[in-house]
Amino acid sequence: MIGSFENRLRARRDSGRKLLVPYITGGLGDDWADCIRAAADAGADAIEIGVPFSDPVMDGPVIQEASVKALEAGATPQSILDEVANLDAGVPLAVMTYYNLAFRAGHARFAASLARAGVAGCILPDLPFVESGPWREAAHEAGVEAILLAAPTTPDHRLSDLCDASEGFVYAVGLLGVTGQRASLSSAATVIAGRCKEVTDKPVLIGVGVSNPEQAHEACQAADGVVVGTAIVRRMLEGAGAEGIGELVGQFRSAIDAG
Amino acid sequence: MSMTEPTPDGRFGEFGGRYVPESLVAACEELEAAFREAWADPEFLEEFHHTLKHYAGRPSPVTECKQLSKEIGVTVLLKREDLNHTGSHKINNVIGQALLAKRMGKTRLVAETGAGQHGVATATAAALLGMDCIVYMGAVDVGRQELNVFRMKLLGSEVISVESGSKTLKDAVNDAMRHWVATVEDTHYCLGSVMGPHPYPWMVREFHRVIGNEAYQQCMELFGDVPDVIAACVGGGSNAAGIFSGFADTRSELVGIEPAGGAAVARGIPGVVHGMASYLMQDEVGQVMEAESISAGLDYPGIGPEHAYLHSTGRATYENVTDDEVVAAFQLLSKTEGIIPALESAHAIAWIAREERLRGKTVLVNLSGRGDKDVAQMMDILR
Repeated sequence: MIGSFENRLRARRDSGRKLLVPYITGGLGDDWADCIRAAADAGADAIEIGVPFSDPVMDGPVIQEASVKALEAGATPQSILDEVANLDAGVPLAVMTYYNLAFRAGHARFAASLARAGVAGCILPDLPFVESGPWREAAHEAGVEAILLAAPTTPDHRLSDLCDASEGFVYAVGLLGVTGQRASLSSAATVIAGRCKEVTDKPVLIGVGVSNPEQAHEACQAADGVVVGTAIVRRMLEGAGAEGIGELVGQFRSAIDAG
Repeated sequence: MSMTEPTPDGRFGEFGGRYVPESLVAACEELEAAFREAWADPEFLEEFHHTLKHYAGRPSPVTECKQLSKEIGVTVLLKREDLNHTGSHKINNVIGQALLAKRMGKTRLVAETGAGQHGVATATAAALLGMDCIVYMGAVDVGRQELNVFRMKLLGSEVISVESGSKTLKDAVNDAMRHWVATVEDTHYCLGSVMGPHPYPWMVREFHRVIGNEAYQQCMELFGDVPDVIAACVGGGSNAAGIFSGFADTRSELVGIEPAGGAAVARGIPGVVHGMASYLMQDEVGQVMEAESISAGLDYPGIGPEHAYLHSTGRATYENVTDDEVVAAFQLLSKTEGIIPALESAHAIAWIAREERLRGKTVLVNLSGRGDKDVAQMMDILR
């Protein structure tokens, strides 16, 4: 049902909880689905599942490597969604991929394939707000919430419309750059989160450049929560397995829960 | 049908647009506004054309190929972009963009390059205007275009070898875009072809319009008529867009020639990558395929959106030639005319040499670049 993703996050946010959304590359290794369950059990509020694309321009080296590995292992959007359909993770799921996969399949067909697999949200980082109209319409129709990214460079005159149009939550891009770990949280992160929160009461999560539990804690002072990608995917690439991923997600959970 | 402005949202028919991460949208808008203003400013135009004339060596001549014409039965004219400073048409666009970047207060240029021609041109403009420059080049291309890598370094640019994906032009574009996402506040992305997000396809074509304008004048002066056919090689399609723009309103037939291993139009599948909707080589789910061509400059799975549009309306047609045909054409032009073409430009020569229906007609080929950079590679192939 449309709105379920946002409603779940809102309810948790309104209860005073900070939101944690880990990113897992679909099709990476044999145990990526187990990693999703482990992340959910360790306190994730929703999970972002990466569907690998050949030319991921918003991703840094770690997620690129994970995408290549998954593609080489034969991952396709359908093979990932088939597995997701049987997942029963107990938290809302969103897919993060690149626009050409939705364009090639056709908006309606792609959105329907997500909905059938129980995916409630979708993030397309190379489809900016100004080009997103037709996709948002098709996604909404299929019951999939189109989550939009707000960037530090998004001008005020667009930010409010962007936040209005975004469903699920508002993904505040925490720095000017691609995904990857950084030594410290960029000051741009808190600025953009604050700007978003001024114009919307939807959950605002900071993603890109939230590199460790300390930075997640810091980000949550300005935002309703965080998306954590590279830190987790790096551990998957290192062979941490579901147990290791659960442990890492637990560390992020504790850090953002510590007031 | 004229080659004029795209729609306000950057479209040529259904193609084009601005499919970039949100972080870059404002930069594209800023660039579009700056270009519109500069392109209407007589002072900017004066500076642009002055630099093209006194630095890049424009206008480039049109040469009639007497021996080649006799050999293949087609009257062949060459627009000699190979004679420009840095050895190709790429310098036109780069001077335009570097002057514009400077006017916008940017201090750094980032560029992608395939064969290295655009990288060398960008490094040259950066040196001329005192800007920092960083060029992304696929590792495969770094290997096959060693001389151009050295040239760029000599000109003071940093060259970064791209190890991801197919390690060619497509991946160099990805990394240049990633770099731009991170540095957008002080850096201009000097995109090398009529591709990418709006306003690049339009702006780059406008900077290359000088090729078509000159060629039209030259043909009228030399022969009192336009050629029957205008032919140009197409990777992203900048040299073709430049020369087509001078003849789009005439009776001349417009033909773009892609490499058989990178023929985005022949496969005819619309897709979205690198900021634009256009024809794209891709698999059934939308993963972008790797192009395979002897020529690094055409080793690209997409094509500029205006070409996709010209194809869809039928105003231009797009053909393709094999690597073997290109190798033969490279030697043919060298031997008959004493002109060693770039492997990219040799695609256009290969097509006119093959195409029976051109007998007796006059064809103007945009000789987009010279072949010096390809000589080492050809030595290996022909040995």
